[in-house]
Parts: sequence; C-alpha cells; structure tokens
Amino acid sequence: MTSPNLRIAYRFLTAKKRAMVMSLSCTVLGVGLFIVTQATTSGFERFFTKTILGINGAIRIEDKIQDTMRSMAAAGGGDSHFGRRDGVKYIEGIEEPQALMAAVREFANVRGVSAVVRGNVQLQSAFKAEDAQVFGIRLEDHVRVSDLAEQVTNGSLEDFRNSPTGALVGRVLADRLQLGVGDSLVISARGASRRVQVAAIYETGYREVDKTNVYLHQPEARSLLKRPSGATFLQISLHDPARAPQDAARLEQVLRHSVKPWQEREKTWLAVFRALRISTMITVSVFTLIASLAMFNTLAMIVLEKTKDIAILRSMGYERRDVTRIFLWQAGIVLAVGAVAGALLGAMVTWLVSQVPLPINGIFKTDRFIVTWDVSHYAGAVLTAVVMVMVASLIPARRAARLEPGDIVRGTAQ
Amino acid sequence: MNPPSPAPAAGPAWALRCRGLHRHLGQGEGRVHVLKGVSFEAERGQVYAIVGPSGCGKSTLLYLLGLLDRPDEGEIEINGRRMSNHDDAARTAARGEHIGFVFQFHFLMLEFTALENVMMPMRKLGRLSPAAMRERAHALLDSVGLGAKTHRLGTQLSGGEQQRVAIARALANQPAILLADEPTGNLDVRNSNLVFDLLTRLAKDNGQAVVLVTHNPEIAQRCDVTRPMRDGLFV
Repeated sequence: MTSPNLRIAYRFLTAKKRAMVMSLSCTVLGVGLFIVTQATTSGFERFFTKTILGINGAIRIEDKIQDTMRSMAAAGGGDSHFGRRDGVKYIEGIEEPQALMAAVREFANVRGVSAVVRGNVQLQSAFKAEDAQVFGIRLEDHVRVSDLAEQVTNGSLEDFRNSPTGALVGRVLADRLQLGVGDSLVISARGASRRVQVAAIYETGYREVDKTNVYLHQPEARSLLKRPSGATFLQISLHDPARAPQDAARLEQVLRHSVKPWQEREKTWLAVFRALRISTMITVSVFTLIASLAMFNTLAMIVLEKTKDIAILRSMGYERRDVTRIFLWQAGIVLAVGAVAGALLGAMVTWLVSQVPLPINGIFKTDRFIVTWDVSHYAGAVLTAVVMVMVASLIPARRAARLEPGDIVRGTAQ
Repeated sequence: MNPPSPAPAAGPAWALRCRGLHRHLGQGEGRVHVLKGVSFEAERGQVYAIVGPSGCGKSTLLYLLGLLDRPDEGEIEINGRRMSNHDDAARTAARGEHIGFVFQFHFLMLEFTALENVMMPMRKLGRLSPAAMRERAHALLDSVGLGAKTHRLGTQLSGGEQQRVAIARALANQPAILLADEPTGNLDVRNSNLVFDLLTRLAKDNGQAVVLVTHNPEIAQRCDVTRPMRDGLFV
C-alpha cells in the first residue's frame, strides 16, 4: 500500500468496524440483488422471445399493399406531378410467394423463409370435434424458420416428412381429441373433408398455439383449403432477430407488402416484461440507494469523529484534496470489496434460483425458474453501485476537506 | 542518537516574522478582537515562550504563525517568504515543509503506530525514499527515548510517550520552525521537564526556531526569550 491517502483511508475505515460492515453489507446486498433480479427478469423475457421466435419466426410478410395516389397534372402542360398519399389498402395474402421468397433471401440478415398457407378447419377424432387452424408448410423451409424440429415430443419429424397425409398436432389439441401418434382424424373445411394421420405431436409451450395449430404438407393443405396458388404469409428467420424492425421496414419498402417484426407482433407481452423490468429496477435502485445512504452515514460519522485527525493531517501539509481523497478512498475500498462480494453473492443466488422447481405452461413451457447469465448484469450492478455510493460519499468527503484546521484545533483546545 | 541534520538554510537569521496581526473571532455581538496588531519574530536556534492569561490571544497567534488560520490584517513571513496572502495550497505546502506542530493534547493518530505517525509528514512531503523515511523515523523515536516502542499504537502509549512521539513527528521534515501549544500542559512535572528538554535540545541541535505557548512559569523561565501577552498585545 504505497499511497499515504489510501493507507490512512484503510485505517480510518477499519477503525469503524461496525459502520463499515453495515455499509459493506448494504453494498453487497445492493449489487447482489441487482444481479439476481436482472438475471431472473431477463431470463423469462429471453425465454419467451426464444419461444415466440421458434413458433412464428422473426418477421412475417402478409398482405400486399395497394397504394392509392391522387395525381394531378401541373398547370402549364409540363410533365411534373404532385400527389397526395391518402391511405393504404391491402390485398389479402401473398400472390406470388416464390418470387417474394427469392427477393427476401437477398437480404443479408435473412436466415430462412417459409411460405405458409393457413385456414380455419374443424377436426374430428373418434371421441370429439374441435375447431383448429391448419398450416400448410414445406417442411424443409419451415424448419429453418422455426424450432419445429425441437418441439416434437411424440413421434418424429421424419415420420411426418415421409407421410404425405401426415399431420403435426399440438399437444393440447391432441389431448383434447385424445389423439396419439398413428391415430387418424378427419379435417373438414369449406365443405370438404379428408382423413389424415397423426405423424407426430409437438409442444411449443405457448398454449394458444398448442391448442389450435395443425401442420400439414402444403399440397394437402392447398387441396383442403381449395387454394391452389399463393400463400397466407411468409415466415422469416433472421441471423440477428434484434434487427427485425429495421429489416422489416426495408422489406416493406422494397416488397410493397405488410411486414411485421416480432417486436411489433408481441408488443403486449414485451410491454409486460418491460414493466416488470422497470418495477424490479426501481426495487433494486432502492437497495442501492440504501447502500449509498449507509456509506454516506458511515463517512459522515467518520468525518465527525476524525476532525482532530483531519486537523493533524492539514497541519502536516496534507492538502484539502488529500482529505477528499482519503474519504473517497474509504468509499472506494467498500465499493471494491462490496462489488466483488456482491457479484459472488449474485451469482450464487442466481444459481440457487435456477434450481427452484417452477412449472409454467402458457406463454412458454418450463419446469424450473429461468435465469440468464449475462456479464452486462454484473457490469450494470457494479456501475450503479459505484455511481450512487461515490455521489453519496462526495458530500462528507467535501465537508471534511472544507474543515479549517485552525477552527478544529481552537475548538479542541478550549 | 540524534537524527541527521539538514544543512543550515540560507537566508535571514529569523525563520518567522509577523507584523501588525489583527484577528477577530466570533460573529455578530459575540465578535471579539483577539489580536490587536501583534508583531513578533523568531530566530533560528532560539526558544521563545509566549505567556499570558487565558484568552489573551496566545494560541490564536500561534495558529496564525503556523498558517492554520488567516489574519484579518497584518503580514506573516516564513523563511523570508510572505505567506499571509497566499492561497490554501501554498500555505499547506509551507506548513508541510517549514513548520512542525506540537499540540497540548498530543493529537496522535491513534490507529497508527508511533513509527507510522512519525513517517506521516515525510510520506506527504515525499522527499525521502520509503527506506530512508523509516530510518529517519526510527532515529527520531530513538532520540525521544522511544526506540523500543516504535510499533506500538497510539492507544498503547502513555500521555508523556504520546507527546514525545508528537515531538518526533513535528521534527520529521526538519522544519525551520517548531510551534508548540502548551506542550507540557497535560503532563506531570517529570514528563514536562523531559518533553521541554527534548524540544529545546533537538531544536538547538538542528538550528530551529521554537515558539511555545505555556502557562508554566518554570518552563517559560528556561526559554531564551519570554514574551508576555495581555489583551491581544505583547506587553
């Protein structure tokens, strides 16, 4: 320890063990709780995002845009025009999916694109009838824009691939209709019916999807829905899903179709998660504020008790800035120890929380508490603690530096 | 063993001089004119006693001379350099380099050992290497008879021992001026004599000007010069 200011700060601090332990505990708790709440909140949010991207992809292209433009020739017979965009009309569906898919694949961030034909149907098993939605897909395309391959729980995707009349049925729907792999069911739509066989049962964890969606091979779906050409929508996966809004805007501009990124599609749930994150941030900030107040209290107490020592230091040639530094060093020591211990506590509690059994099935499926391990949570926690504790420490540190040695000595001598 | 002495400083024979110092303390109706135009000078190698009744302004004068306080009016020169109008940083630097203080209540930093207390001014001035600082601190503590107690904390030393450490600390940076406010006021007769002898011997050996405020007439008598004060003026 070479700096005299640091040496003095350390001794001052360790002389007030109880107050120091209190400040340290608050800092450790503040940093630790920040990490745990971030890990849990963002854990659920990320898992939800992964589930959603695994079902519906990052971007969907639906409905062609039909602009209406009122143009008027400018006076004087020139060839210049002025127009007023007075609204946007949509033509339902994708008329030329192959051409559009080829254009979409030109975008650098696009990982895969799948044309889907969708329609409302009724399913009839040996026991019961249920309303559902059929999704006609080309399996090779669709596995590149979804997690269908990982979502199959009974049967296999291979069986579906090899069975032209096979169907992929959601877990909830299969349970309601009491269907198992190999069972047959009748699908009816627009007055037509056909019998298909359950090739596999999948589970996304998103209850609404698992309750209504049935995947068929596209030719089978086209035939059932009497839609020989076109598609209902294109589902797109991206290398970087975070960039979906920018890519969607570009796609819409270039392709003249309605394009929705997942952030817009799922904005209700994302708003819920954002509210949750803000709420936990406020809670955690209160903890960090308590840590900074504890540090303020400790330093204010040390300043009061060490006025004589401050006078001695000033009489020996220590400058005002040395006194400030001595007190800021004390905050720095508590922060350094508190940050390391807080990060360790945060990591330990995060791991313990991740072991807590918590069955959730609704917007995603999990058996345990979901956490995220992200170094930015640790950096954020430490940064928040540093800012709050150092700001709180500045006041007593500056007060200490402002003390006039003559006043102190005179006061003590009298 | 005496610690190594510095080469005699070039310049005027006096180390400290003040002219026409005025100082008021308190505010409003409680404001008191404590110093009423005091002038004083201290030569190297001489020991000065400022004596007088309580409240006559002895300590206030000492703190002004030690640049711990600012005069309302008047001039203070340290080693030929006018300091009264300088900013806080320059006055602090001058304190560290030219002035050593011994206070009545020892004012050791109790969380530190005797050795660390003595090294503290040297660490701030930063003229010596850590090894040289340690060596000088040991020599100074030897010279005040505490060579065997260098690693004791302030709390583990008696009042007389604490005051001897304070003297060693005041001498650490080889200051030209040593200011002592009632250095023996809190000690018994034996320790008072010991501390005074130390102060005067070390100061004479090193050619330092010693100014001490005291109520003790025996101590005052043994100084080279005695300056009695009354009502904010030398009489």
